[in-house]
Amino acid sequence: MLSKQEKELIIEIWTRLTPLADRIGAEALLRMFTSYPGTKTYFSHLDITPRSAHLLSHGQKIFLALAEGSKDIANLMTNLAPLQTYHAYQLRIQPNNFKLFSHCMIVTLACFMGDRFTPSSHAAMDKYLSAFSAVLGEKFR
Amino acid sequence: MVEWTAAERRHVEAVWSKIDIDVCGPLALQRCLIVYPWTQRYFGSFGDLSTDAAIVGNPKVAKHGVVALTGLRTALDHMDEIKSTYAALSVLHSEKLHVDPDNFRLLCECLTIVVAGKMGKKLSPEMQAAWQKYLCAVVSALGRQYH
Repeated sequence: MLSKQEKELIIEIWTRLTPLADRIGAEALLRMFTSYPGTKTYFSHLDITPRSAHLLSHGQKIFLALAEGSKDIANLMTNLAPLQTYHAYQLRIQPNNFKLFSHCMIVTLACFMGDRFTPSSHAAMDKYLSAFSAVLGEKFR
Repeated sequence: MVEWTAAERRHVEAVWSKIDIDVCGPLALQRCLIVYPWTQRYFGSFGDLSTDAAIVGNPKVAKHGVVALTGLRTALDHMDEIKSTYAALSVLHSEKLHVDPDNFRLLCECLTIVVAGKMGKKLSPEMQAAWQKYLCAVVSALGRQYH
């Protein structure tokens, strides 16, 4: 359950960091691939070496989807429907991996924001990413 | 026994060299109590934990943060015998403190976020991976004596 204040915190963070969408998204992915090598299996068709064009473009895509979702959290289920279908029926990503990515996104945000990634920002973001992941995994079975 | 490459040992030592236990210990425990509020159940005797500000200002939380982080550092000098190093602490957490061992993982996640905030770019993906492997080994050892 996200409070009004938490929703505002989340939107503020994504909006402020949007100019760095590709770098932040790429770094979160890279951290995930490094800590959890099993996650690389979903990217055998892409060049996911550091600073590759694929990594930056894919990172940006994910960042922008997360940023967009935060603007209307009450309707995540409706707004994410196409992505739900895509992840469930085409990508078929093992849903536990959403948690691994969320963790690495939070680490990346902490690296970029330093002290400004306060405990309350962290709590709000953790809750948001959990909710997003849960919605994304809804159609898996 | 956990196998460590030379690079992993270096990475773990490098991260610890950046950690001021008196600063990061309190920050990590405060963050855990705020981000995962159910962990407050173990700190009923610590006084006011009712708001984020109360948690951050609570001297018992700060003091205990130092104790916990000091304990996490112990493994650095015993990387090839982590299980035995934490056997007694595991028994304590299980039989006396009755802490759900899954919460150790949460405190360690919060510690990683505190470290990431302090180190920024200097926490490379490889250092993060080695650091997390270290914390996983400690968490596993702490959970071992639960029956």
